[in-house]
Amino acid sequence: MQRAFHLLRRRLISSIPVLLIVIVGTFLLLEAAPGDAVDAYVLSIGGGDPALVQSLRASYGLDQSLGARLWLYLTSLARLDLGWSVTFGRPILDVILERLPNTIWLMGSALALSFGLGSILGIVAGARPGSMSDRVLSVGSLALYAVPSFWLGLVLSIVFAVQLRWLPTSGIETIASGKQGFERALDIARHLILPVGALGFIYLALFLRMMRAGMAQAWRQDFALAQRAKGLSRRRIVLRHIARNALLPLVTMLGLQAASMLGGSVVIESVFAIPGFGRLAQEAVAGRDAPLLIGIIIVSALLVILVNLLVDIAYALLDPRVGASGATT
Amino acid sequence: MTVLKRLLRTPEGLAGTIMLCLLALAALLAPIIFPSDPLSIAGPALLPPFTDAAFPLGTDRLGRDVLAGLVHGARASLAVGIAAAAVAVIVGALVGTIAGFAGGLVDEALMRIVDAFQIVPSFLLALAFVSVTGASLTVVIIAIALGAWTGPARLARAEVLSIRERDYVAAARVIGMHPLEIALRQVLPHALPPVLALSSVIVASAVLIEAALSFLGLGDPNIVTWGSMIAEGRNVLRSAPFLSIIPGFGLVVTVLGVYLFSEGLSDAISARKTTN
Repeated sequence: MQRAFHLLRRRLISSIPVLLIVIVGTFLLLEAAPGDAVDAYVLSIGGGDPALVQSLRASYGLDQSLGARLWLYLTSLARLDLGWSVTFGRPILDVILERLPNTIWLMGSALALSFGLGSILGIVAGARPGSMSDRVLSVGSLALYAVPSFWLGLVLSIVFAVQLRWLPTSGIETIASGKQGFERALDIARHLILPVGALGFIYLALFLRMMRAGMAQAWRQDFALAQRAKGLSRRRIVLRHIARNALLPLVTMLGLQAASMLGGSVVIESVFAIPGFGRLAQEAVAGRDAPLLIGIIIVSALLVILVNLLVDIAYALLDPRVGASGATT
Repeated sequence: MTVLKRLLRTPEGLAGTIMLCLLALAALLAPIIFPSDPLSIAGPALLPPFTDAAFPLGTDRLGRDVLAGLVHGARASLAVGIAAAAVAVIVGALVGTIAGFAGGLVDEALMRIVDAFQIVPSFLLALAFVSVTGASLTVVIIAIALGAWTGPARLARAEVLSIRERDYVAAARVIGMHPLEIALRQVLPHALPPVLALSSVIVASAVLIEAALSFLGLGDPNIVTWGSMIAEGRNVLRSAPFLSIIPGFGLVVTVLGVYLFSEGLSDAISARKTTN
């Protein structure tokens, strides 16, 4: 446990400069945008006189120099203040925190589905390389891997929501249903089935293929040969030795895919009209709300760092070799 | 035996090559088969597929030919995919080579920048970039490359780290060659093959990101793309689902073709290595 704690601290310290690059980089990128939030706001209210524009700029601090604004942004960020969203008329942190849980549910469920089902099917495929089940799963996963998630989402909703009417087409829960507690949870779960499927299937294919490849490799190693020579049953070799060895790279992959999944949820949330973090990004783009977009990118970077920390800890707990040398330095 | 022959002998390689050749053919011949603008109105609106020989795949809400859009869409998808991957591989290989070869503070700084690009979801980055600069084909290509160059950079750096200690590099140093020349002319060419192998995967993901961007209405509005066709079909999802479904097959075939091709290629290359 102390080893994991050590690793955690080291990772946290090394991610600080990286996060700083992200913050300054996005700030500068969005500064280059023509027009600012005040322009967009004035346009949305049908124009205004220059004096109003001037006073609005001054009140948001948009009339100062670039360096001064960056410094102002960094210092307020240190106080956990992400600024004010003009489009929502609320603090950016509040807006993000309100939307974040929906996305975390979506991503978490999709990760669990793809990791769980992907590794199980990968074990099935890798247990007997070259067999019929292996071929079907390999070809099927490759085809699934090529399907764009937003299109899969549309097809799923055409079939299951429009034609069969089994599941709702959009939203995160039935609006104004007055449901509470367990019933509400069930309602949200029903709304999440299609988006989670659409987002998760592509990663399911990825995990399946990795698991299969890892197992095929493990079969060729000496320990597998020794166990077969010893007369261990195939099932026991597969489950206790081969699959275990192949599972570790999947855990690494889980961390690597966190960023890509967060990006994927932007489109999925748009397809299923889920009021989440990704949809917020789209709204920020539409509203030319640069501070909101910076906030979203920073929070998503933090989220990715967090997922990778969890993956590192899981890895350290699963594989005793990891971090053993680093803990002493 | 050449790699190409081996490639065509593997079932994956053969299937992938055929799919990509057909797509390339469609993309190249699009202006000849369908000379008129695919965004112009060609016939009655919302014609279902397989009902009119003039419009085999039907027409959309505004009476635009779906087949013409599909064929012209292959152009945009392939162009963006290949161009974005090329930019990403070139930039990534250069940065990775410099980082690996220079070492020390330069390496540290460059790799932290790579880290920073990797923790930001590349799709969000592309979204932000397009929204800042305004959508056009070039902007979309750069936006996608922004999130894709880190993989090649890491790989190139790892390769360079193993190459830079070899004797011929030391010899180049001894004869007084400029470090930049050693890095770019002696080390980079040897570090390149694994990076190029990665590029097919980057093409595939670039095609998918382009489709997602234009699906969200952030693509070039003057060009027909599969993503924008799917988005357009969404408006009549209940009455004419085929409008959203058909362009998706174009995407699936493209991405699948690239994957099959790269799988066949890696098989062919590794088979050659083991026989030699």
